[in-house]
Amino acid sequence: MRGILRQRVGSYMTVHEALNSALDEEMSADPNVFLMGEEYLCSNLHFLYQISIGLLKKYGPGRVFDTPITEAGFTGIGIGAAYHGLKPIVEFMTFNFSMQAIDHIINSAAKMNHMSAGQISVPIVFRGPNGAIAGAGAQHSHCFAAWYASCPGLKVLAPYSSEDARGLLKAAIRDPDPVVFLENTFLYEESFPVSEEVLGSNFFLPIGKAKIEREGKDVTITAFSRMVGYALKAAEILEKEGISAEVINLRSIRPLDRATINASVRKTSRLVTVEDGFPQHGVGSEICTSVIEESFSSLDAPVERITGADVPVPYNEDLERKSLPQVEDIVRAARRTCNCLA
Amino acid sequence: MANWVIRSRTIAHHLNKKMGSLGFLNLSFWNSTSNSFHSSSSTMPLGDNHGRPYAIFGDSATHFAVRRFKSTEAARESDTKYFNQDAGDQALDFPGGKVEFTSEMNFISESADKRVPCYRVLDDNGELIVSNNFVQVRKEVAIKMYSDMVTLQMMDNVFYEAQRQGRISFYLTTLGEEAINIGSAAALSADDLVLPQYREPGALLWRGFTLQEFANQCLGNKEDKGKARQMPIHYASKKHNYFAVSSPIATQLPQAVGAAYSLKMEGENACVATYIGDGGTSEGDFHAAMNFAAVLEAPIIFICRNNGWAISTPIEEQFRSDGIVVRGRAYGIRSIRVDGSDALAVLSAIRTAREMAISEQRPILVEALAYRVGHHSTSDDSTKYRSVNEIEHWKTARNPVNRFRKWIERNGWWSDKDETEHRSSVKKQLLQAIQIAEKTEKPSIEGLFSDVYDHLPSNLQEQEEQLRETIRRHPKDYPSDVPV
Repeated sequence: MRGILRQRVGSYMTVHEALNSALDEEMSADPNVFLMGEEYLCSNLHFLYQISIGLLKKYGPGRVFDTPITEAGFTGIGIGAAYHGLKPIVEFMTFNFSMQAIDHIINSAAKMNHMSAGQISVPIVFRGPNGAIAGAGAQHSHCFAAWYASCPGLKVLAPYSSEDARGLLKAAIRDPDPVVFLENTFLYEESFPVSEEVLGSNFFLPIGKAKIEREGKDVTITAFSRMVGYALKAAEILEKEGISAEVINLRSIRPLDRATINASVRKTSRLVTVEDGFPQHGVGSEICTSVIEESFSSLDAPVERITGADVPVPYNEDLERKSLPQVEDIVRAARRTCNCLA
Repeated sequence: MANWVIRSRTIAHHLNKKMGSLGFLNLSFWNSTSNSFHSSSSTMPLGDNHGRPYAIFGDSATHFAVRRFKSTEAARESDTKYFNQDAGDQALDFPGGKVEFTSEMNFISESADKRVPCYRVLDDNGELIVSNNFVQVRKEVAIKMYSDMVTLQMMDNVFYEAQRQGRISFYLTTLGEEAINIGSAAALSADDLVLPQYREPGALLWRGFTLQEFANQCLGNKEDKGKARQMPIHYASKKHNYFAVSSPIATQLPQAVGAAYSLKMEGENACVATYIGDGGTSEGDFHAAMNFAAVLEAPIIFICRNNGWAISTPIEEQFRSDGIVVRGRAYGIRSIRVDGSDALAVLSAIRTAREMAISEQRPILVEALAYRVGHHSTSDDSTKYRSVNEIEHWKTARNPVNRFRKWIERNGWWSDKDETEHRSSVKKQLLQAIQIAEKTEKPSIEGLFSDVYDHLPSNLQEQEEQLRETIRRHPKDYPSDVPV
């Protein structure tokens, strides 16, 4: 059983460790921060990711508490606690289950500061795994990035690397606005290099800034969460064919860093957006519209969206693979935009 | 063998009680005692620690706040209360504690023989029925209670009429429930947090929200502390510890439990009072909140205004239980039913509930029975689904304001002259408040974009600039009474 992360010297950290260390540091720095979620006391179930491991022992049940099974209930409770000045971090076992609490998140958390004219703020973080898991079927694999990002009053973050995970979670906890923090199951065990700066207890990333993971000059590929890894692999394949792809890790879905995206498209003249969520009203739709509105004259090819198929995600492994974007889909899209040269 | 084991646990239980509340140390004593007599784990009392695996806690048990795990104590105490020690042979261990067994197949009836009785202090004529089992009220407090009930009633009538005249877009009244509003507010302290539903402006009035402030909110002008963002009657005032009225029903209930939890964590000498109607208790949030409040041992008072109607749905079609008070026990919550038209009974019950909630750190449920004399809101005409006679009866014979007036007059604290003066003063203030509120400017467009987030984000700054630019170019398309 892993204990709480001790500081690594230089090298690597998994996203799991990154999230755990971020929670630990923020709880240590601010006594108002507390965690709530299902199955916090029992960490034996294999499908539970134990992001909070070790924290119950360190901070006690007053600050890490196990909730009865009612998403609506414990989300409401978190919001009420935030009204009075505590800083709850509410974990959804998966964001699919957050649908049972959606009224509290949208009608209360997102809107309360505005409705009360700044009198009642909601400094709450909702976090948990989002999107496809692999062999979990329709009700466990839905990506909610576009849903939450459409609502004013919320901030929506989607980390990719360990640096993202640490920096964005710490920023989210410190932020006075309600934040939806979309993690990804596949990424929890992935290991990324982290610098000394990232390991610092005051490290955080600005919300609303995308990161250019790889510079390029022929086509802009935007992605978030797991798809960033796919986009980077696609960029390597494209490099060998002489296509230089610029990969943007969105990091923040709301607010969306339109400035960085548009600056990139004005440089490359081509855009491919990637997400594993559903196509209609997806994140890619918003990005494409922003680029058309602001950088139309720079475009040398129609914009392209790569998304999950417009069906509930199937359970069967092969069908699931066919319903979600793969590296080859991104490569083909990039090629299509490049072959459309006049 | 089994019998002997159970008896030995009974003895161990006795000894535990005698040793006093040592929390976990007690439990481990009991476990080890049982262990030495019976090695199989099949009859291990899982109920004592509610199924939580001890392996994780290990020897850090003592690190945990005793307060948080008082529920484990409560379970053992309830074992003591419910478990007949002499029936040692007749008991079974289950998660959750000991249960006696029976060979008789008895279904618990869906309803008790008698309905839960309703606590009242004043009869319909305002005479004291009881002489000692209520909270005594000083003259100044009683006068404030009465005059606030009158003010509330008059505000409701004047603002309702204003809506009918097209001056306000929407309004809803508390007619018939003035005693619940003011009686409950008077029972609380200013530090207690109130999370209302929407039929409790009386609590805000009691705490000092002025008639002008009510009018400003209803008319949505720039003086409104809520910056005219919410529709009428959706008041919010952090200064008065009155959280925003929120339209979706019952969402305030689990949020109130969360706020109570934060008071508990801070060790404050205050509680949360949250209101809900009879209809609202059908929402899932009611169940989640009640259950959670009990588990968390939160210092919260749930005040249910059972006024007989949820818009057009009468309570017979809302639930089949004996009102809401009987549900308290189902969640392990202490409850009481009071006459909601009796301001003294409401005050007494809630003041007592408050003391229990804070000193014992537990939730309390108070069901106040009353009648919704007014329509649900200005969007409703209740004569379409209930008889005018019924409404009239409650408006006159069971009127809570009149009843309280008789009591304070009998005490020599109020006279006809006071009544006339008060009513004419309030009427003047109300009419003036509306007139001033109508003449006050609307909020500027800056108010569209602020407070969406803590800091104005760049995309909203851009939108605001674009909007101003559009207004500059097309001033005729823009309403003249809204400042830029």
